[in-house]
Amino acid sequence: MRNPLSKQITEIKPSGIRKFFDIVSEMKDAISLGVGEPDFDTPWHIREEGIFSLEKGRTFYTSNAGLIELRIEITKYLSRRIGVDYNYNTDVVVTVGGSEGIDIALRTMLDPGDEVLIPQPSYVSYEPCTILAGGTPVIICLKEENEFRLTKEEVLNHITDKTKLLIMPYPNNPTGAIMEKSDLEDIAEVCIENDIFVLSDEIYSELSYKEDHVSIASLPGMKERTIIINGFSKAYAMTGWRLGYAAGPADIIEQMTKIHQFAIMCSPTTSQYAAIEALRNGDHDVAKMRESYNQRRRFLINAFKEMGLDCFEPYGAFYVFPSIKKFKMTSDEFATRLLKEEKVAVVPGTAFGDCGEGFLRISYAYSLEDLKLALGRIENFIKRLD
Amino acid sequence: MRKQILATIEHNSRIDLKELAVLLGATETEVANEVAQMEKEHIICGYHTLINWDNTDQDKVVSLIEVKVTPQRGLGFDKIAERIYKFDEVRSVYLMSGGFDFTVIIEGKSMKEVSMFVSNKLAPMEAVISTSTHFVLKKYKDYGTILNEIQSDERISVTP
Repeated sequence: MRNPLSKQITEIKPSGIRKFFDIVSEMKDAISLGVGEPDFDTPWHIREEGIFSLEKGRTFYTSNAGLIELRIEITKYLSRRIGVDYNYNTDVVVTVGGSEGIDIALRTMLDPGDEVLIPQPSYVSYEPCTILAGGTPVIICLKEENEFRLTKEEVLNHITDKTKLLIMPYPNNPTGAIMEKSDLEDIAEVCIENDIFVLSDEIYSELSYKEDHVSIASLPGMKERTIIINGFSKAYAMTGWRLGYAAGPADIIEQMTKIHQFAIMCSPTTSQYAAIEALRNGDHDVAKMRESYNQRRRFLINAFKEMGLDCFEPYGAFYVFPSIKKFKMTSDEFATRLLKEEKVAVVPGTAFGDCGEGFLRISYAYSLEDLKLALGRIENFIKRLD
Repeated sequence: MRKQILATIEHNSRIDLKELAVLLGATETEVANEVAQMEKEHIICGYHTLINWDNTDQDKVVSLIEVKVTPQRGLGFDKIAERIYKFDEVRSVYLMSGGFDFTVIIEGKSMKEVSMFVSNKLAPMEAVISTSTHFVLKKYKDYGTILNEIQSDERISVTP
């Protein structure tokens, strides 16, 4: 029999997260600080709206780009939160999570040989999706001394005449880094001068603790060269509903919608109705969850300081990214030993790119009680190493 | 900062000041002063524990009584409320809009004890026109807390 698999897919490495998950799932009574999703349930009024739509028998396809009412609410939201105005008819497509948006944006924009600048450590799907779309990933290794922000020099050092797209993964998973307005202005300048498009993954935009999130699309000259990816998973604790969206220039969104139409048809109808409620009446829930994450963030940073674990202060998402370099172990070794010896699961930084070596991703999408328990064990572990 | 302190201790009054200060990104002294000041201003009026007595072997009966009164000249509702809330059995008294004047919440050991209170103490008061007593059969949620909720983390332990 012939090999049923394509060369391309077999050459793509499986996600490092998956490997670690397999080890954790064999371990009973381990405390995990390894999740990438909120610990809150979806607010009841949003769930209730989903249930109501089912009761009313709204169980059919929606238009490919998504319900018009939802697209209207999305454009209102973007206008009110990041100050960018989009046309709901032409500039928005509702996707199956932010992940689909990333995939179809890359497939829409890349020709073979086009280079995509991917800052790492970052979310696991940019690199494989770029390859699957026929593009060439060019990794930019972010530095701890810059608090994992992307600098103008780093972008300039990686630009070639094939560079077409820059991925902007902020607020960042796994580092928790954010880009403030002045940081973004530097990057925008480079993009405009070199005619580079931006795929701005803003899925954690509501979880920004220093100042309100600034979107690169809001800077002069950037709206026409930026695709924003966002969604409901992190802000409204709706991961399982699988709902996100992309907003950007009409010609790009039109082609993305074409792929979406052939691959997906439309995003889940129930989720779309629930999402309308989230955008109309969910600001209060978001603020409450943000405050809660922020308290845990301060708690963790303080606890790390007290136990002598080096960590820059992150201002976004729900992750901290402490350095374990002084323990002379790889991230993988450290995480594996921590799991085996103290039964605490954290994710090695290397799961998010080679530049994550020497770091751990610790999620604070857990109650304070859980965090305290886990921190006690991490402290025991570190004491034994010293 | 007051808003944040209140939002946090409303659900966890046992939190110590040092930890509260860390969570709010303030110093311990700042938080302590603010709490003391709010106690003085009667913004913070007490630190209670939410107990689900149904899960103990102690019998308690709670009833909600709708009370209609005639406010007396020069005294208004406040004086009548005072005469009601000074009884130890009375847990809460609220002045209401709508079809009656006060909601009175009474806690007793038995239905008989509560009934005796209503018939011997509350109903005979000069200002009271009528009472309507409703016994609580089961409590599902109190002070924002679901009482018999079992929390479990259904998330996969490691996700990107």
